[in-house]
Amino acid sequence: MTSPKPRHLLDFQDWNVERLAALLDNADTMLQVLDRPVKKVPALQGLTVCTVFFENSTRTRISFELAARRMSADVVSFAAGASSVSKGESIRDTIEVLSAYKVDAFVVRHQAAGAAHLVARYSGKPVINAGDGRRAHPTQALLDAYTIRREFGGLEGKTVAIIGDVRHSRVARSNAELLPKLGAKVILCGPATLLPRELAAESVTLTTDPREAVGNADAVMALRLQQERMDAGYVGSLQDYARVYQVNEDLLAFAPNEAVVLHPGPMNRDVEISSETADGPRSRILAQVENGQAVRMSTLYHLLVGRN
Amino acid sequence: MNLTITNIRRSNSDKPETLTIENGLIKGWNLEEEGDTLDGNGATLVPAFIEPHAHLREPGQEQKEDLASGLAAAAAGGYGTVISMPNTAPVVDDPAIVRALIEKAAALGLARLRPAAALTRGQEGEQLAELALLAEAGAAVFTDDGRTNENARTLRLGLEYAHSLGIVVSVHAEDAGLRAGGVMNEGFVSEALGLPGNPAAAEAARIARDIEICRMTGGRLHIQHLSTSRALELVKAAKAQGVNITCEVCPHHLLLTDEALRSFDAVYKVAPPLRTQSDAQALLAGLKDGSVDCLATDHAPHTRAEKELDMLQAPSGIAYIEIAFPLLWTNFGAELGLAKIVELLTTDVARVLGWPAPSLEAGQPADFTLLDLETVRSVDPATFKSKAKFNPWVGQDLKGWPMLTVVGGQVAFERKI
Repeated sequence: MTSPKPRHLLDFQDWNVERLAALLDNADTMLQVLDRPVKKVPALQGLTVCTVFFENSTRTRISFELAARRMSADVVSFAAGASSVSKGESIRDTIEVLSAYKVDAFVVRHQAAGAAHLVARYSGKPVINAGDGRRAHPTQALLDAYTIRREFGGLEGKTVAIIGDVRHSRVARSNAELLPKLGAKVILCGPATLLPRELAAESVTLTTDPREAVGNADAVMALRLQQERMDAGYVGSLQDYARVYQVNEDLLAFAPNEAVVLHPGPMNRDVEISSETADGPRSRILAQVENGQAVRMSTLYHLLVGRN
Repeated sequence: MNLTITNIRRSNSDKPETLTIENGLIKGWNLEEEGDTLDGNGATLVPAFIEPHAHLREPGQEQKEDLASGLAAAAAGGYGTVISMPNTAPVVDDPAIVRALIEKAAALGLARLRPAAALTRGQEGEQLAELALLAEAGAAVFTDDGRTNENARTLRLGLEYAHSLGIVVSVHAEDAGLRAGGVMNEGFVSEALGLPGNPAAAEAARIARDIEICRMTGGRLHIQHLSTSRALELVKAAKAQGVNITCEVCPHHLLLTDEALRSFDAVYKVAPPLRTQSDAQALLAGLKDGSVDCLATDHAPHTRAEKELDMLQAPSGIAYIEIAFPLLWTNFGAELGLAKIVELLTTDVARVLGWPAPSLEAGQPADFTLLDLETVRSVDPATFKSKAKFNPWVGQDLKGWPMLTVVGGQVAFERKI
């Protein structure tokens, strides 16, 4: 751990394997806290965490807020619905005002890639990226990695197939950045219109064939397909997409028996994933939600406690 | 009214010479000194540059720039003449606006303004503007810049009509459908950053179409801010077939690539977007071999607050007209040479616009700039005349600074040392 401790979690560029492993190890402790009758520890007492959601996401916000509260932090929320932030107000103005309230960390969700970097530039405090456009959603990737690690005892040599709207997915990009660092292989799969060739890299391969994608997969992740992609012409219809790319029992017949199924939520049941599979024995979707809270507790702890 | 400037050099000689100007014209070289005298300190005298593509934002967007700030910035950059783009509020599609702009600019005593007017009413791309009346009012170019000409038939009609008036039509050549919501070059960097990409094919496909329209009409078409290797190949091939087409390239497309966007700093957001290193190399080669006709800065000022927005919301544009020559001379002086760079900023622009070639001989208008080719100075935004006190090169050490710009015999800019 010779490199300096990262100040923010914007993406994984500044995070080496040791730091990442320590963060995931620490999530084990956090999970134990969540199993206690009183789910609260004093680690962040006296600190204030501000969640700043320029883009709405109730589930992610609740996960972060609970994570902070279970560690005794005070939490304030800034929800910039279309009505409260007039179009054109800059991130700088919002963040400088919130910083003046002396908060200790920011959790940021924004529709534009790079927005979390702008917040980091103007906040002077640790920033956790809770999703910026198509760019990154690092705590989601961490909870995915953590879920796979708990399932198989580690990530080294594992293969993760990510199927769906890769083009617009910050979850896919963050996983493609994180999982290879932890020794896993990533296969990105989707219709060609939603699968940018430029994402191919060492340990990241692409295929338009979902059977090929799941063939050696230890985990199969279905990505949410939004109606607006039909409207923009990327695929002909939800049915057209689902016929080939839906993660269901027919597709999983081509996967190894022990392969598990993940979904970052919220699900479009019977579009990108069948209800049968979502609720079936391979599904780890609810475990992801639980693990997410532990991973976010661990992330807050790493960024806010014992800094330098 | 006489002015004599002593101790200056011409670009092709090391001999100190003296220039005398009288009543706005060059009276002659190495005459007896008379009237006011200025010491040129050994700097190099070249014709004042011509900017074929600048956004001066007046009327309607004076928070970004206005005639006084923009034309002062141009003069500080060694420019004697500026073509202003018509995408203002209101759009310059009315002869009265053209006249008002020229009249107001003339009174400022800065760089000379030659407004471009809209090709179509409201720059909507459908119905031609009053091109003959606009030309009579002084419009120098017709363009719907800032908008793409999606209706090919309208562009055809505009090219035909403008050609009969002897005026060039310039286009922002991008297929709007292919560009879609792209905010940077489509490629490895855009996909890594998760920012919507604008593919090189959007430019090339549109230029391929426009070449055919230009060929069909025989009109004079000028491609603005060409940014891709593929588009340049198309222009080169069209020229070889005798199509009457020209193109300009911007220094920022030579100096920067899409890698700069990794900072997520919207100061690098520009349209067309910063491309790849191989595109930049192709454009530089095009400057050398003549397939690129001239240079343009596409000076596009915005407020700092606007450029501090996120990459999706921030407007496109970089403003750096006052350091364009120092950037070119510092970075490409050795490769291109002084004479070539000056040609690309003067004679070549005049040729594209159908104007007489600028000259420093007796009897010609006294439009020139004095360049200090040696002294290195840091780019200091506090010295900027433009309202945009920022650009990607702030703090960089450059040489080739314009020291004195004279327009129509009047001093439009003098650098304080």
